[in-house]
Amino acid sequence: MAQITATVSKNKEDIYGAEHLPDASLFDAADVTVSYGAQDALRNLSFTLKKGEQVAVVGPNGAGKSTLFKLIVGELAPTSGRATLHGSDPAEHLCVAYVPQRQSVDWNFPVTVEDVVMMGRTAKIGLFRWARQHDRDIVQQSLERVNATHLAKKQIGELSGGQQQRVFIARALAQEAELLLLDEPLAGLDLPSQEQVFEVLDNVTDSGITAIVATHDLNMAARRFDKILLLNGRLIALGRPEEVLTADNLVVAYGGHLHAQDGILIADSCCDH
Amino acid sequence: MSFITDPLTYSFFQRALIAALLVGVLCPVLGTYVVLRGMAFLGDALAHIILPGVVIAFLTGIPLVIGALVMGVLTAFGIGALSERSLLREDSAIGVIFAGAFALGIAMLSATDGYAVDLTHFLFGNLLGVSAADLWTMLGLSVVVFGVIVLFYKELLVVSFDQTLARTLRLPVRFYDYLLLVLIAITIVVALNAVGISLMLAMIVTPAAAASFLTKQLRPMMLIGAAIGAFSGAVGLYASFYLNIASGPAVVLVATAIFVLIFLFAPEQGVIYRWIGPAPAIRPNA
Repeated sequence: MAQITATVSKNKEDIYGAEHLPDASLFDAADVTVSYGAQDALRNLSFTLKKGEQVAVVGPNGAGKSTLFKLIVGELAPTSGRATLHGSDPAEHLCVAYVPQRQSVDWNFPVTVEDVVMMGRTAKIGLFRWARQHDRDIVQQSLERVNATHLAKKQIGELSGGQQQRVFIARALAQEAELLLLDEPLAGLDLPSQEQVFEVLDNVTDSGITAIVATHDLNMAARRFDKILLLNGRLIALGRPEEVLTADNLVVAYGGHLHAQDGILIADSCCDH
Repeated sequence: MSFITDPLTYSFFQRALIAALLVGVLCPVLGTYVVLRGMAFLGDALAHIILPGVVIAFLTGIPLVIGALVMGVLTAFGIGALSERSLLREDSAIGVIFAGAFALGIAMLSATDGYAVDLTHFLFGNLLGVSAADLWTMLGLSVVVFGVIVLFYKELLVVSFDQTLARTLRLPVRFYDYLLLVLIAITIVVALNAVGISLMLAMIVTPAAAASFLTKQLRPMMLIGAAIGAFSGAVGLYASFYLNIASGPAVVLVATAIFVLIFLFAPEQGVIYRWIGPAPAIRPNA
């Protein structure tokens, strides 16, 4: 039986990315170090991500959050150690999607919401082919799942911050991603918009998709996530918020740049350059 | 109407008109990518850099296209190699190659007879001198460029909009970047006769930039740009014929005038609209 499944997924390999080994965890880092020249951006990282988890990645600026994301999507290979997605090199998989920071997107670009979500289908549609009804259905469903059906025909520049974020999540859904990386998705959003993004995220992870969210906001991370990964070049802690966000761990991660006031944590890492 | 039909009795004028329309349509379609990706400087540089390739082809009798393409592709890789190793910022790398190659082209041409006339044609184009053979070459190359854009439309869109997405979709991003450069190089060859090297950028950037004030969708932007380009080509050609001014500059001046009009008067995006605001009747709270 396992044999048959393996053959089937192998045949589909060109469209669906590398084969998913049944016993492998979603993502696994084993003693991973990533260096730029002589400098280590990430040192001796080991952790595992499971299906349907919501994980917040927190740490000061320069902690290696974006390097970690590049490692997971397969843009960067480990200098040493091994990183695997479903048991093989992340760079061979289509099942991982990246939701960029809002300020890194050109919102004036002449595309509609629908166009952007359809971009997620590009690899599945395949070279020299046009979108079929199946692809249009998936785009439609993806927009429904983020409550953005009514925005389909709008140019992306006309959206509010929260809508922009939801549309890019829809694009990741259209990509049929199993692992979603979100880079500061809540930065600059007002509370109601943040709440809407969280609703969408909860809905998405309930359906078995894993979401990894980079954030500066420790309080929000503590409040809303079941799992937190605290990073500062190396992995300081990974687990439930109350296990991870201890005074000791935070001092190790942030050094002197952290203040606790009336139970609220303030990291001034945003401003030390 | 006779002022429109009269010149058409000359076959050189017919050829010139077809050439002007072809260039007018092709340049803005490709130019839309150039505008959206902020490649205007690179496009201008590429136009100048191909000069030595064109001159060598011209002097040895090989098709100019071949010379231009070889030079264009070499340049694309050269710029990539210089800037990728972080030896230089990309714009400095382009600048160095740009000026050096252009000087080399002019130097080679200056050693020949008929230097001044040939140089003028390369620099500013000569629509009225387009031969039937030129026209067929231009047509063939345009079909190639349009064909590639249609075939790779969705991939070029993703690579232009979001390179990180392109990489997670496992698209060969470098391949598409180079493909776009090759398409620009071919387009430059097509437009060489019409507007020449020095005014090339105007045909590639101006109509596409004007169109960006009128629509926020990619395909309409290409279509409107093509319409502006074709209109500029035709009107510029007639202006050149009747006012006895050089054809390349005439075409470019018409395109520039249209750009200024659209820049000022475009609904919503235009300067005047922004200054005055929407008409009171359609303001919801008025």
